[in-house]
Formats: sequence, structure tokens, C-alpha cells
Amino acid sequence: MDTMTHAPAITLDEAIAFVWLEADLLDHAEYDEWLSLWADGGLYIVPIEPGVTDFANVLNYAYDDHIMRQKRVARLRNGQSISASPVARTVRSQSRFRLLSGTADGCELRCAQIISEFRRGTLRTYTADVEFNLVRGPRGLRIARKVIRLLNSTEALRGIGYLL
Amino acid sequence: MDMQSASGPALDRLIKSDRARAQLYTDPTIFETEMHKVFENTWVWVAHASELPDPGDFKTAQVGRHPVIVVRDREGVVHVHVNRCRHRAATVCEQRKGKTASFVCPYHGWSYALDGSLRGVPHDKGYDGSLDKSQFPLRSLRVEEYAGLIFATFRTDIEPLHDFLAGARKWIDLFMKQGAGYPVTTLGEHRFRFAGNWKIQMENTTDAYHFPLVHKSFLTALDKQTEESMDVMSKGGFVEDLGNGHSVMVMLPDLIDLEANLDAPIPERFAELAAELAQTHTDLEVRRIVRAVGGSGFNVNLFPNIACSMAFFRVLQPVSVEETEIRHIAIGMLGGPEAANRARLRMHEFFQGPMGFGSPDDAEVWDRVQHGAHGADDVWVMLNRGEASEQVTAEGHIRGEVSAETGMRAAYRQWKRMMEA
Repeated sequence: MDTMTHAPAITLDEAIAFVWLEADLLDHAEYDEWLSLWADGGLYIVPIEPGVTDFANVLNYAYDDHIMRQKRVARLRNGQSISASPVARTVRSQSRFRLLSGTADGCELRCAQIISEFRRGTLRTYTADVEFNLVRGPRGLRIARKVIRLLNSTEALRGIGYLL
Repeated sequence: MDMQSASGPALDRLIKSDRARAQLYTDPTIFETEMHKVFENTWVWVAHASELPDPGDFKTAQVGRHPVIVVRDREGVVHVHVNRCRHRAATVCEQRKGKTASFVCPYHGWSYALDGSLRGVPHDKGYDGSLDKSQFPLRSLRVEEYAGLIFATFRTDIEPLHDFLAGARKWIDLFMKQGAGYPVTTLGEHRFRFAGNWKIQMENTTDAYHFPLVHKSFLTALDKQTEESMDVMSKGGFVEDLGNGHSVMVMLPDLIDLEANLDAPIPERFAELAAELAQTHTDLEVRRIVRAVGGSGFNVNLFPNIACSMAFFRVLQPVSVEETEIRHIAIGMLGGPEAANRARLRMHEFFQGPMGFGSPDDAEVWDRVQHGAHGADDVWVMLNRGEASEQVTAEGHIRGEVSAETGMRAAYRQWKRMMEA
């Protein structure tokens, strides 16, 4: 029997603390630690069409596995991308958390997220529903999937040169 | 709007064959004139046939400033209607796309058939029998299609689409080979806006010169073999003026004809895809599909609003003199292998769209052009690169080397011709 099944179920408080950590790491550009929060095979997805679930077979804004996440982080750091030089500063707030399901091994958490972005004199806001699939690993919770459903995903957006 | 101010000698002061004044990007009067003189007087791309496969399928679009509905009727004929009720001007449809049996105005309930004819008028007794419905159809545009590309125009007297596309037809045919024998179909789109004039974007799709610099972060994110294959300045590419403002920019000559060189080694980045396809396809089919998945090695720029660009359609929509909307429409193989279409989707996401590794950097430099264009308006925007070494091909087309600004000169020649008309 898997020892992890003896662990307590993931609570709402535990999940929220983890998601806030992730948010803080992104807002403060601590990307190495952010990359370490992901489970093997974890997917970072920004879909276009509301309600879509078969992300692999449709067009998304982002559909990143670990390799793509590493590339995205490199792009934010290497100074080669003019739209990420400098990287936009962001402050994100997350609220309205709800645990959709939860066991000792994993949970689904949904929340509201509002990101303010500031770059080159312009302040912009992106609002989204965010869905996290979290799993419990040997070193704590890890992200198996993060889906960011932008409220205005089907409209024309501006360049988003950072991680939502 | 003062049409006179932007015509004849005034235009000669704004644009020459190899340079232009930045007012072309910043002057609201010029923009207003363009919306009429250019967009109401030529073929404007509105849809790909695969976006409306069945009767009743529709999408909304714009022709210049005019909101339009593109719809396939019961007989399979595609119509383009101005999205404006003939009663009191409300739009009869606000959905991006969908399927319907009719269009009903939400204001007073006038209803229109798919072909635009007025069918129903509630409480029509109020017109005392004087309302002749046959005189109030939705205003319809002329519609023609080439290789699945659907264009519309307000003009009934201009040349057929076939003639308008001129030398571009050959390149459109080559572009559509990325269906690998399956019909080309759209797979979704990325929409984004930038704070700049539409012609800045028009220029960009025929600008190989910016690629190694602006897309450096994209190139370094590729594997070494692919990065080398994308060294567009050294592959012997060229830009050709195809007539009527159209041009082709060939960045990777090896990828002009996707059905040629099928025995060439499969690039490493497609090895996994090839192995998956090999389980259900012959070796030749695998090679053909994989080569098509990689996309074409050129951009065909069709004046004024669409380009068939390597592996997608680029559509531009002027919003205002300093605001433009871009659509990058992903394309794939209708009924083709899912793995192949998935590979296309991931490639599109990699470069295109607001979170791609390419488009945001393009948008950033276009924004910078618009900002800089407000400085020193007696300084020219230079469009002369590669002019001295241009040659004329056997077909009579002007051809410059890959980073020549030949395509921009072609587009602006057409722009000037239309603005002077």
C-alpha cells in the first residue's frame, strides 16, 4: 500500500497557501523555485475557447510542458526578447477559492485571479478563472495542471510577455 | 473627410517609390480616406471556406469599417452581408461565429433569410401595405473564392478575384500543399492588438530583415538544427512583386514546394511525429505529412489585408489610425492524422499570439514604430533596401534578395494608385 494514502486529505487552507506561494514567486520573478513547483508531466495551459477541456487538440494561447516552461523562463531572463526587456512587473491577487475535489493524493482548486501588469508607462489588468490540479509529492504539493481561463480570452489581447 | 488633401500632388509629397512620410501612420485624414478608397474599392479577405463548412454556418468580420456577416446559405452559396438592419441600423448578429436559419434584428424583429432577403416584419400593418419587402434586403457584397480563400468587395465593376490575385495564385496553390493531400482547414485563431497603424503590419509580413534580430529569443528557443534551418538571411531567398500590391517573400527556398524533395532526411524535431505516423501510414505518406507539418518557406502577402504566412493566415484589421487588430489563424489537415494537427497547433502556439515567442516581439517593435513616427515628420521612412540589385524575372516580376523591401514598395505602389483614384 502506498504510504501517501496515510497522509491527510489536502485541505483548502493547505491548497491556498501553496497557490499563494506560486503567485508570489511569479510576481517576484523567482522562476527557478517556480519551475520546481511542478509535477512531472505538469501542464501550464491558457486556453482560448471557454469551456474547452480537450486542450491538446485545440489551439491555446499557451500549452506548456516542462520544456516549454523552461524556454519561457529563459526568454524572460535572457534579454533577447524586446517585449520582455524589461519584463512587465505584475501584482496578482487571488480569491474566491473553492476546493472542487480533494483526497490525500491530490485536489482540484478553483479561484479568481486578477493580475495588474505595468510596463512602459501602461497599467493593464487581466482577470481569469484559474483551475489548479495539485498533487502531493514527497516534498509537498506540486502542480499537475494549471489552467488560466481569461475572462476576455476570445477577444483581441495585448502581448502578454510574462507568466499568468 | 477631405479627400482632396490626400490625393494627386499632395500624395506625391507623402510617398515616393522608395520612401514615405510617417504621416501615413499618424494622420487621421489619411486613415479615413484609406477606409473608403482602399477598403471599399478592392477585394478584402473575409473567411476561409472551412470556417463555414455547412449551410447556415456564419462568422462575423469586417470590410474596412463595415461590420459584415459571412454566411453559407441552404444551397451552399457564400454571402457577405453588411451587418445592419435595413430598418434602423442595428446589427442583426453579434456572435463571432455560429449556425443559424435566419438573422433577426433584436430591436423590432425584422428577420432576414441567409441570402439576405427580408422575410418578416412584425406588425407590418403599420406600414399600410406600402412596405415592399423585396426592396429591403441586407446590403450584400460581391463574393468570390480562390483556393478556399473567400474575398468580398463593395465594387461590382472591378476585375474578378482570379485576375486581382494575378501572380499570387501560383504561390497560394503552393501554400495550400501543406494540407498534404487533405483539405486545408482552419484550427482556431489568435487575436491581438497593437497601438499602431495597419500598414506597419502590412510591411512586416514581407520583411525578412527583422527576423534574426526581433525573433532572436524564438530562434534560441529552437533546437540547433531548426535554428540553423531558420537562418533566413543566408538561404538564398528572395522577394517578388506579384502585381496589384501582392508580393511573395521566400525565406526558405527548400520549402517552396512541399511535395518536392520527399526523400530528404526528416528533421530531428519531427522524428517522434514520424514514428507515430509510421504506425498507420506508408513511408511516402509519412514524409509528405511531416514535410507539410513544417509549413511553407514563404509568405504570400495579398494587398490589403491577408497573408498566407509560412504555416498560418495573417489577417489585419485597421481599428483606427493608431490601432490595429491582427488575427493569426492556425491551419491544419481536415481529416488528417491527429498527431500531425497537434504538432501544427503546438508550433502555432510557440510563435504566434499574445503569449507566443514571436508575435509579442513583433507587436513591440510595431508599437515603437508608431511612437517614433510622431517625431520629426520631415524625416522619411526608408523603403529602399535592395532596390539597386533588383532584377526582372522571366514572368516579368521585379525580384529582390530576401531582405529587400521589394514587397513593401509593391504594396505602397498599389496603395498610392488606389488613394489617387
